[in-house]
Amino acid sequence: MENIYVNNKKECKLIKVKPETIQFLLDYSKSLHFVEKDGIVFQSNLN
Amino acid sequence: MEVLIDDSLLIKNYINGDERALEILINKHNSRISGFIYSKVNDRNITEDIFQDTFIKVIRTLKRGSYSEEGKFLPWVMRIAHNLIIDHFRKTSRMPMFEGSDSFNIFSFVSDDRLNIEKQMIKEQIDCDLNLLIEELPADQKQVLQMRIYRDMSFKEISEITGVSINTALGRMRYALINLRKIIERNNIVLTN
Repeated sequence: MENIYVNNKKECKLIKVKPETIQFLLDYSKSLHFVEKDGIVFQSNLN
Repeated sequence: MEVLIDDSLLIKNYINGDERALEILINKHNSRISGFIYSKVNDRNITEDIFQDTFIKVIRTLKRGSYSEEGKFLPWVMRIAHNLIIDHFRKTSRMPMFEGSDSFNIFSFVSDDRLNIEKQMIKEQIDCDLNLLIEELPADQKQVLQMRIYRDMSFKEISEITGVSINTALGRMRYALINLRKIIERNNIVLTN
């Protein structure tokens, strides 16, 4: 029984988001900038 | 060997401009957050979308400097994800979506009976050709045929208007059709839709 459980455990995969989604987030992060001037926060996306 | 760096240090580095720290943070918590989202929505694509929206909020908050570090990064991200999951379900309950399957197709119930543009053009062409053929018929046959087909008159009405008996009107109609077929065959005309 123990062996069967051990074998099955290898089949189990944890859900993870696609690398493309992560890459999008990293690119988004790199492009995003906040600048504060006279108490006003300006947002800019530089691609 | 993978070295686990504390979240608070990664956040500090990220806020100070180290983009690599964000990558480590995302990869570190990827399976826990996406697993949490998937356990609620049960759909891979929606999980991707909510995960993405969650981290967009995280990135914006960190970059704006609005995040207060209390050593609870993961619970904070989970709360954002949780709120987005609720938003998702609110949205889908407002706009229920029906998906077709092999056994159910919405277009089996909803259909458009109108001819498509190609069939409409063919029909117009046939009507036009038929008018030209009818013009070839003798006047008396043409008159009966037009009254019967285009004006939807009964043979009794036709006989009263033309001043002939019903049998004569019927006969003219019959000859009109026979002559039309002859013209069509003689000229190898194909009238199909």
